[in-house]
Amino acid sequence: MLDQEQGYVTADGRQIGGTVMDMRNITLRFGGVTAIKDISFDIREGEIRAIIGPNGAGKSSMLNVISGFYVPQEGQVYFRGEKRAPMRPYEVARQGIARTFQNIALFEGMSVLDNVMTGRLTQMKAGILSQALWRGKAEKEEVENREICEKVIDFLEIQHIRKTPVARLPYGLKKRVELARALASEPKLLLLDEPMAGMNVEEKEDMSRFILDVNDEFGTTIALIEHDMGVVMDLSDRVVVMDYGRKIGDGTPEEVRNNQEVIDAYLGVSHD
Amino acid sequence: MFYREAGDFKTSYQDDNQTFPIKFDRYRYYFMLFVAFAIIPFMINDYWVNAVFLPFLIYAIAAIGLNILTGYCGQVSLGTGGFMAVGAYAVYKLMTMFPEVSVLIHIVLAGVITAGVGVLFGLPSLRIKGFYLAVATLAAQFFLVWLFNRVPWFYNYSASGQISAPERTFLGEPITGPATEAWAAYLVCLVFVTLSAIVARNLTRGSLGRKWMAIRDMDIAAEIIGVNPLGAKLSAFAISSFFVGLSGALFFAVYLGAVEVGEVFGINKSFLVLFMIIIGGLGSIFGSFAGAAFLVLLPVFLKNVLVGGLGWPTDLAAHLEFMIVGGLIIVFLIAEPHGLAQLWRVTKEKLRLWPFPH
Amino acid sequence: MPEQLVFAMEVFLNGLMAGVLYALVALGFVLIYKASGIFNYAQGVMALFSAMTLVGIMEGQVPFSHLINAMLGTHVHHFGWHLPAVLGILLTMVVMVGLAWLVQVVIFRHLVNQEPIILFMATIGLAYFMEGFGDLMWGAEIKKLDVGLPQGINLWIDETTFNIFDYGFFIDNLDIVATIIAALLVGVLVAFSQYTKQGRAMRAVADDHQAALSVGVSLSFIWVMVWSVAGFVALVAGIMWGTKSGVQFSLSLIALKALPVLMLGGFTSIPGAIVGGLIIGVGEKLFEFAIGPIIGGATENWFAYVLALVFLVFRPQGLFGDKIIERV
Repeated sequence: MLDQEQGYVTADGRQIGGTVMDMRNITLRFGGVTAIKDISFDIREGEIRAIIGPNGAGKSSMLNVISGFYVPQEGQVYFRGEKRAPMRPYEVARQGIARTFQNIALFEGMSVLDNVMTGRLTQMKAGILSQALWRGKAEKEEVENREICEKVIDFLEIQHIRKTPVARLPYGLKKRVELARALASEPKLLLLDEPMAGMNVEEKEDMSRFILDVNDEFGTTIALIEHDMGVVMDLSDRVVVMDYGRKIGDGTPEEVRNNQEVIDAYLGVSHD
Repeated sequence: MFYREAGDFKTSYQDDNQTFPIKFDRYRYYFMLFVAFAIIPFMINDYWVNAVFLPFLIYAIAAIGLNILTGYCGQVSLGTGGFMAVGAYAVYKLMTMFPEVSVLIHIVLAGVITAGVGVLFGLPSLRIKGFYLAVATLAAQFFLVWLFNRVPWFYNYSASGQISAPERTFLGEPITGPATEAWAAYLVCLVFVTLSAIVARNLTRGSLGRKWMAIRDMDIAAEIIGVNPLGAKLSAFAISSFFVGLSGALFFAVYLGAVEVGEVFGINKSFLVLFMIIIGGLGSIFGSFAGAAFLVLLPVFLKNVLVGGLGWPTDLAAHLEFMIVGGLIIVFLIAEPHGLAQLWRVTKEKLRLWPFPH
Repeated sequence: MPEQLVFAMEVFLNGLMAGVLYALVALGFVLIYKASGIFNYAQGVMALFSAMTLVGIMEGQVPFSHLINAMLGTHVHHFGWHLPAVLGILLTMVVMVGLAWLVQVVIFRHLVNQEPIILFMATIGLAYFMEGFGDLMWGAEIKKLDVGLPQGINLWIDETTFNIFDYGFFIDNLDIVATIIAALLVGVLVAFSQYTKQGRAMRAVADDHQAALSVGVSLSFIWVMVWSVAGFVALVAGIMWGTKSGVQFSLSLIALKALPVLMLGGFTSIPGAIVGGLIIGVGEKLFEFAIGPIIGGATENWFAYVLALVFLVFRPQGLFGDKIIERV
């Protein structure tokens, strides 16, 4: 077991810090179906943490619990050392958790820039009067936040489509814009729901590079769900493996790869 | 050839954020304001003001209001007529209760009161969506009209059940009541419309506007990235109703002068304003103006051509108008869901590249 | 028995029968909505239009006579024949099927896969168009419709209740007939959608357009059929209401009465439409009877809506509607 406060050093020599997110004995049920059964794991400062598992294992449900969209029936969520009371998803976002979605959830009627700017909404506090007159705080805030967004836009290399309506973009770019929106909020924890689903090899490589760069340059803590085992093993520092709502493995990619239960789950040994 | 972005470099984000980033547009906008404020008042007569300009300006405010709610925030409302009635009766009660206060303040206050009522009827939007909500807003429409019809306090116990605007002046010039000059009424409405458009534009391009559009485009995702749906929807209802109330107040106090609520603010008014924003363009301030102009001019045009020109009976022209309006709604929804504003935008896009489109 | 209670019972019965008519109109909505996801605001105008057409055909009116006269300076009004009601109803039905086909081909074929709210607004446009079109075709004046349905007070009920309560209930024969016909119609429609091939295809389309397509159901045929059935329901409703209070503009407003019924019952449920119709019919009559005089009367204008609104806040999918599940 790792120590709560003490970090560890990864294989490539990065220093990982203390626990950011601690999930303790989470159980989530929909009616009679148990999607998540008594799962505990943690996410540490600065690491890339992957959640993997076969279809229907409960990965997405897990991500939805972290982002506050589902409230688990049992168990506690600790974020940055504090127990999280049941709260609405927008309150979770304000604590500094941002995410992307499996089936892109961009705002189709807005331009790329406006979409990225929505990532800053939790930080924009100008009053309604100031906004109505476009004077004072509103105007200042607009420019300051625009600068932050432009940095993200530069970083993800989407300057050229800044003012394009999102609806006109191809799939791969949409995924990138969605990442930009999440990054614009300068999250303390970034959740990626299948960031590479439906991409070709080149796009996958691009996306992997962006994920590593984000982690590297901003030191952002990232938790991701992914199907592509190769990508997961390359990217992540530690991996949680789920199957039928249970946790069947947790550790470095190396450890997980050699875990018998994980191998069974992926090769399809029958359950009794 | 003048219509270019090239050479007009933006060196700051402020410059890039302005409403009319292209110089030519900016000058045209100032020119329009100049014509509207300094030239038209000297040229118009009673007929033009009452048949065209006042309804156009006042409906434009209502359309801006509804466009904020429906076009920007995605919440369809069929209660516009009812909210306009709130504005009208609010300004009436204020005018008769506090005659010493300027009527211009009353008009603004009527907007504020309508905003409150709008929030009240917007509360269900947190639980119900889409056309369920549209139907639910009909509750506001019918209930409010009934209220103003049946509760005598609202019409000061007048025998006819009507309300009529007493005379109020601004700088010595009457702006409500029968003695109002055409140009004065026009200028009052013009000032309100200009300010409304500027405020609406500022609100929709800033963080509040982005919240609304996020809710419109995908409400669940909006909530997950940190938009409080309660705040976003209710603020849209409040601000939308504010403008609608403003237009109702002007409609009664400055334009009609006397109002019978069921006739003037019935459900047809709700549909009329909704049609304006569909034809003009959902989610566009300019579209609100275009739609209002179109639907104000259409009946005037038909009447002049069919009744005045061809000598048809007026009821035929009215039936034809229904058909044309209904048909146009369908055509726009099929061919150009973003309305006249989009046609205008496409034209500008082409103009920017003209004469070398490739 | 106290007098007030007896009055209330009469009000209750009348409300029940009004409710059946509401349910009938609401049914037209549910049919179209289930099969095509279109919330058809024009249902009320369809009822008005069908009733106008029926009167026009039976009386031998020349269509567009006002327009023709205005354009050509002629004075045509009638062909000079009178048709029996049955034939008139059949011909009107042909017109309504033609209309259904036109609506499908001209409008909704071009709006496939649009958001429901866009479709809804398109039907508002359709309602306006048909209102103008109907007036232009048949004239806007109030028309009398008589297809031979019994009218006036039902003496048997009057006498029986008088013997029991010392007070004779006033119940209109027309209402009784309407109730019976509406009940029959509901039964036929349910049987149609459950037991016939077309009915099954209709439900398949309602469930999933693409899946239905892939097993060889013709979408446009189903939609034309559904609109025709809705047109038939509109015709029945138009005959009832037209006989009762004349064929006039206000007839199209019954659609507005049916909307809260739908909100209450759920947009996708046939039993919901019936139960919702009854609740609202009874509710608004009793409310007007009990509370109306205190707060100024004419509460029927809004009671149904406010009831539905309050109800929806607590149960957004309506009484029998499908549960709304949100996903990311």
